[in-house]
Amino acid sequence: MTRTGLLRTPISLVWLGLIAATLLSWWLGSNHGVKSEQTAGALILLVAFAKVRYVGLFFMELRHAPLALRCIFEGWCALVSTTIIVMFLVV
Amino acid sequence: MTVFALLFGVYIDARSKDPALFTQSQAALHQAYGAINTLLLLSSSLMVVMAIRAIRGGVRDIAPYLFVGAIVCGLGFSLMKFFEWSDKLSDGINPATNDFWMYYYILTGLHFFHLILGMGVLTFCWVQSRKPSLDARQFAFVEGGACFWHMVDLLWIVLFPLLYLVK
Repeated sequence: MTRTGLLRTPISLVWLGLIAATLLSWWLGSNHGVKSEQTAGALILLVAFAKVRYVGLFFMELRHAPLALRCIFEGWCALVSTTIIVMFLVV
Repeated sequence: MTVFALLFGVYIDARSKDPALFTQSQAALHQAYGAINTLLLLSSSLMVVMAIRAIRGGVRDIAPYLFVGAIVCGLGFSLMKFFEWSDKLSDGINPATNDFWMYYYILTGLHFFHLILGMGVLTFCWVQSRKPSLDARQFAFVEGGACFWHMVDLLWIVLFPLLYLVK
């Protein structure tokens, strides 16, 4: 592998996506795009947990991890994101 | 991560009891601090990933520089946090001000504690990456250290919207 080859990986695209998602959340959180604060809040949280999943799968390399480990992580993301978003909308 | 997940839930529950107070207090936060810190941690994580790839891919001479880059991003985060906390404390806003600020200081403080540990771990990775060769056990420690740093990033990815953006 060459030095420039280090960046030629899907991980670089994932990083760009994460940066874009951060800017999108910031935009949504500054009272832009969506009028309802509750809808905006739920969208922002959804984007945050999607980012968490991508960090886990690509940066922490869990997409190549043994199935059990990957399932634990995917389960954590699904359970925590659903609980937090439902609590935000309902409680 | 599970402890933080519980804290996220406790925060949402506390917020639901007095949403007006939380929204009003949150308005005093500068979203730019949180957003820039997110970008810093994401960039540091990318550098750590590249450092691990460099060690694996036979271009390990660049790995120490990438770890230093990640540590510099961590220092940048710390500096931003220092400015933010100083700003709030000088305005008389402290953990006893109200429930929002109590959770703000607890959550950001706990995260900052992990960030400091993470920078120690990255320093260890930097030292290891400067060695001419690493055996499998040493490399596993470096990979573990990288994973810890990604966890620090991952927790901030949730804390930023939770504390700064969601109303």
